Amino acid sequence: MSLPTAIETLDFSYDGARPAGRFAPVLVGVVGSGNLEVLLEPGEPPKCRVRVETSARGFGTIWQAVLDDFQARHALAGVSISINDMGATPAVVSLRLDQAVAELAPGAQP
Amino acid sequence: MISYAECSARERIAQLLDAGSFHEWLPPAERVTSPHLAQLGVPSAFDDGVAIGRARLDGRTVFVAAQEGAFMGGGVGEVHGAKLVGLLRRALLDPHGERPDAVLLLADSGGVRLHEANAGLIAVSEVMRAVLDARAAGIPVLFLIGSANGCFGGMGIVARCADHVVMSDVGRLAMSGPEVIEASHGVEEFDARDRALVWRTTGGKHRWLSGDCDTLVEDDVQAFRDAAIAALGDTRPVTVQALEHEHRLLAARLQLLPEALDGDIEAVTLWRGLGVADAARVSSLDVDAVRALRPA
Repeated sequence: MSLPTAIETLDFSYDGARPAGRFAPVLVGVVGSGNLEVLLEPGEPPKCRVRVETSARGFGTIWQAVLDDFQARHALAGVSISINDMGATPAVVSLRLDQAVAELAPGAQP
Repeated sequence: MISYAECSARERIAQLLDAGSFHEWLPPAERVTSPHLAQLGVPSAFDDGVAIGRARLDGRTVFVAAQEGAFMGGGVGEVHGAKLVGLLRRALLDPHGERPDAVLLLADSGGVRLHEANAGLIAVSEVMRAVLDARAAGIPVLFLIGSANGCFGGMGIVARCADHVVMSDVGRLAMSGPEVIEASHGVEEFDARDRALVWRTTGGKHRWLSGDCDTLVEDDVQAFRDAAIAALGDTRPVTVQALEHEHRLLAARLQLLPEALDGDIEAVTLWRGLGVADAARVSSLDVDAVRALRPA
């Protein structure tokens, strides 16, 4: 008998128009029930890549929709986004992502 | 006034220490995460639920660790524990003339992370030893307890190995948590849903009156900061005599409650036995008033 691997990994990639420049990594949120943590790090422009690790399997299309909306709002370029999720709702995910972008200090030294 | 209880671990670090002074070791971007959780289908956290580093407190160098209770109840897993041990051992190394004036542990933990039981148990015992080693080298170890998860299980033991414990009235400190006692001894022995009972037996006021905490503060980040600054020089010798003195205190305390009493009057009876005036009113008094009640 083998245990199911319960963590699902999802990858997304966008082209953005607004380069984030150099910045120190930003962490917001906590991995708790119905919550998530979002880590922003410098990436390769013009890409904005997102990796999601989540315990709630089977919600790939919802993540796609939430991240499409996010990228439509911010059009980030040169950012790598890593997410650890414990079943956060789409609204919570959107708020956390916006919170992370708000804490991005352009030009901050890594 | 900012509630210490409602802050996250990283907010506590940002608010408690000198502004902008925190330099983190093994930050989230390094991804030193649990080797066990993913195998169990549980998401990891980039910092494994604890932030460690060097900072300044009132201009003096301190090492600090802050546990994040919202991640796995602040449970101590293998990596989480190793970060605590590494922080304490680094205080002894003094690699760049950075020997700290104290190590601050901002506890928010139910104890060992059960998903990593054996590794977590070993980790907690290593943390205990590292705390005592730091103290023996003359570096004070301060515990700050005032978060939602309190300080239970192995971390409760570690706290009582420290030089100085600061608690707020909403903070809790004990070995077995309320749910654990109820599960093992039954609801008649301990009703974990009875919040008044829980705070009478584990809360900051009780720990202050019984001498298990050294400073009682309001649930306010600034109050914790002031208490930590005041405690920076508070070293206590790690000696057999000190240990035996503590044993005598505990034995005497046990004699104050020779028989099993009803949970409604047990705490009040103990406080009265300790010489606390107005013991019956403790639960309804504010922090200032309770601070004045501790017997000399």
